[in-house]
Amino acid sequence: MKLKPFYIFVSLFVVGAILVFASSPKISGYSSLENEVIREAKSDDSYNKVMDVLTHQRCMNCHPSDHIPKQGDTSHPHYFGMARGEDDHGFKATSCNTCHQSENNLNSGVPGAPHWALAPASMAWEGLTRAQIAERLLDKSMNGNRSHQELIEHMTEDDLVLWAWEPGVDADGEPRTIPPVSKEEFKKAVEIWFANGAIIPSK
Amino acid sequence: MEISLTVNGVLKTVDIADENTPLLWVLRDTLDLKGTKFGCGKAACGACTLHVDGEAVRSCSYPVKFAEGKKVTTIEGLGDRENPHPVQQAWIEEIVPQCGYCQPGFMMATAALLNKVPKPTDEDIDKNIINICRCGTYYRMRKAIHKAADLQAEKLTNDSKEA
Repeated sequence: MKLKPFYIFVSLFVVGAILVFASSPKISGYSSLENEVIREAKSDDSYNKVMDVLTHQRCMNCHPSDHIPKQGDTSHPHYFGMARGEDDHGFKATSCNTCHQSENNLNSGVPGAPHWALAPASMAWEGLTRAQIAERLLDKSMNGNRSHQELIEHMTEDDLVLWAWEPGVDADGEPRTIPPVSKEEFKKAVEIWFANGAIIPSK
Repeated sequence: MEISLTVNGVLKTVDIADENTPLLWVLRDTLDLKGTKFGCGKAACGACTLHVDGEAVRSCSYPVKFAEGKKVTTIEGLGDRENPHPVQQAWIEEIVPQCGYCQPGFMMATAALLNKVPKPTDEDIDKNIINICRCGTYYRMRKAIHKAADLQAEKLTNDSKEA
């Protein structure tokens, strides 16, 4: 008689277990959903890392929407009235290269990198949301007809893009700030974001 | 290391310990060309402006290594007393300088402008001549730049007639 509650408990457990497994989704379907969730989560993470860099002053200062380059962490208009000019290199006789050379000048604090210039007007990012920046980045009519592969190369190999992590010192000899994501992490994030279809989360 | 560059039409080879030495100091201290001035040392004021392969450059922020094999023109090479450059002539005629310290940079910037824009408008001048003059000679400089454009055009006409 003492064993009766035990048998009742075991019986209820077995019936409960059968009901639980019977109502569960098929293993293959569940697995597929899980992969999708993981892929999207990874994509969002890489997207955010990419955007953390693109919206940092070291990048944004040369992607103006008003044709005026910006300077410093305050993104103030470039001194001396400099502007885009006809070819993104300033004015005819006073161009970017009047002061900026192909590398940082640690004596004067003038920054420099190969092909120093403003980003084309079609790639103006200033004032846009992250999603709008991403849309513009991916739009071949705006990005210089670059494919995803060409964008990856541009963003991970171009000396002027990578200058953001080696920006030298300012006019006071103080090191310029760098983006909040490391160069290697950024490169990886770019590759993952594009590998996962360059999803813009808000869309 | 040795660096060879052509300065005012003459090939020069300098032996320099630090290739990042500003071109300005090589010209002034090594080659004894004192016409190019040091102002701010930050490529901001333009007193050190000269030409490298015809382009205006702020020489205080231009490592001498970048001048290897290039043609450098300083205010001394722009013209001389007997044969002044139209910009120098205009500067004299308009009595532009006050203290004069920044003027070589302004004249070199102006010469570069006239090479690109032979007849500059006031807007062209505002955009391209962005040096700083503490004496405030900007008004006279603007007049001189317009005069220099006229003198240069006149000179070109005369030269073509003679040719």
